[in-house]
Amino acid sequence: MEVIARGEGPLFSDPDPDKLRTFFRQKSRALTNKVTTVADAVRRFAHDGDYLAIGGFGANRIPTAVCHELVRQGRRSMIFAGHTSTHDFQILAAGEVFDRCDNAYIIGLEARGLSPNARRYMQSGKVRMAEWTNYGLALRLKAAAMGVPFLPGRNMLGTDTFRKSAAIAARDPFTGKIVTLFPALSPDVAAIHVHEADVYGNCRLRGISIADLELARAAKRLIITCERLVPTEVIRAEPTLTVIPYYLVDAVCEVPYGSYPGVMPGEYFSDEEHLRLWLKTEEDPVAFGRFFDELVRKTKDFQEYLDRCGDVRRIQQLRAQELLLDAGQAR
Amino acid sequence: MATYSTMEMMIVAAARELEDGKSVAVGTGAPCAAAMLAQKTHAPNLVIFFEAGGVAPILPQMPISVGDSRTTWRAVMASGMAEIMETCQRGMVDYCFLGGAQIDPYGNLNSTSIGDWDRPKVRFPGSGGANDFASFAWKVMIITPQDARRFVPQVDFVTTPGYLDGPGARERAGLPENGGPHRVITNMAVLGFDPQTRRMRVESVHRGRTLAEVQANCGFELPAAPQVGETPPPTEEELEILRTQVDPLRYIIGR
Repeated sequence: MEVIARGEGPLFSDPDPDKLRTFFRQKSRALTNKVTTVADAVRRFAHDGDYLAIGGFGANRIPTAVCHELVRQGRRSMIFAGHTSTHDFQILAAGEVFDRCDNAYIIGLEARGLSPNARRYMQSGKVRMAEWTNYGLALRLKAAAMGVPFLPGRNMLGTDTFRKSAAIAARDPFTGKIVTLFPALSPDVAAIHVHEADVYGNCRLRGISIADLELARAAKRLIITCERLVPTEVIRAEPTLTVIPYYLVDAVCEVPYGSYPGVMPGEYFSDEEHLRLWLKTEEDPVAFGRFFDELVRKTKDFQEYLDRCGDVRRIQQLRAQELLLDAGQAR
Repeated sequence: MATYSTMEMMIVAAARELEDGKSVAVGTGAPCAAAMLAQKTHAPNLVIFFEAGGVAPILPQMPISVGDSRTTWRAVMASGMAEIMETCQRGMVDYCFLGGAQIDPYGNLNSTSIGDWDRPKVRFPGSGGANDFASFAWKVMIITPQDARRFVPQVDFVTTPGYLDGPGARERAGLPENGGPHRVITNMAVLGFDPQTRRMRVESVHRGRTLAEVQANCGFELPAAPQVGETPPPTEEELEILRTQVDPLRYIIGR
């Protein structure tokens, strides 16, 4: 293929599909019980310097407990897939967990505004970056999931986003048209929050899948957090509903309300008051340092964080919002 | 005569651009309000897509995130990002809505950074799905407040393609044929693009504003289209639906 242009941004991961096949060749296919704690899963499967990707969409079905634990255990020098990232990015930037980032959507919390602290971190010069787009990164994950070195797309062409990416523009040998080639991205470790999983890691979810089906298949190691564990018989009774099969999964952690303060489809809505408090507190770096220490660094685990945020009573309110229930005085 | 806010004028102007039976990819905020208003007035068969996977929801209220559960309320499908973006890339999405920190005469948008990209003075979120939508949708709609700091001769960073550097540039770069920016709806006017030069021009001016004012609040030369009129103000019916059915909690129109 004739190369038309090359993005000048860094490529933080190796797109070689044979190296990926070699890795997956030795990955266990055994039906073993993978249930563990978040602390143990992060200790064993997420290392300093790893390429990290977080499932969900910023404050929708995110594995909050894993994001907190990465900070608590002091992970450093990671590379982050800044793909549809919002509150997850806010946590990881506050912990300075990563020093390289593939930017697609970072810093912002959509309609809620921009994170002052994450912005300070990205303006500090501490982070090496490449630019991508949300679909661009989804395509990169899809390529890895397919076991091919790249996939073509018709986006990013002609822009500075392309110039600061590590993509290549090439002439399609069939039609002569120019396409963007997106190199496969296989994160070293990914974490995804789902509704239900069995002890082996077979997963079900409700609502939108965002890029999680591709991510689960692209990642070398996968930590699942779930709202609840279910018997394997439940999975086998209706295999159509399985979206992530167990052999992709390395650890299964039961974390009820684990997407808080994000949305969990059909379960609870995002805690907008809590997210506003984060954004407001971030305006003052000193005050935010204390806030972040109290809520994340010094808490023992996700349950303790949840306790401080109102625990089950708050979740009940958020459940009413999610389901558009009028629970009146009962709340 | 009804009284209305600038935001209400912008939402109504955007809604009127959306034809019945077409499809639109929206984000949160004003674009979502515009799509809902269009659906409840002249375009009941408008198909609404959300970037993260929601397809044709019956929106019960304004979503906060393009991935929250409102975006799949009574929807026909809860899919994923690739599904939505590939539906666009395949040519089945007519409109998308975008914004940005800077916009140039060709409708190129910057939502990445101000200053040097490596050590930015101000960092923004980046493309998100904007570059993808602007590459794939047939007609790109932009909603933005207008001033000379935002409407600049050259953006610091082309995050998202407009007409790049002029006629034919999109196609030469390899972008799908016949796409590009269609309308820029501001607090002062509805702007369009000259079909010959692909440069921005004034199509209509909102009531209470003047053409000179619109031109003064722009950092580049902004000519008038051959026939510039007044943007028809919101009707009583549009305002009633917007206030009671689309945004009763005033999330957007209260801004």
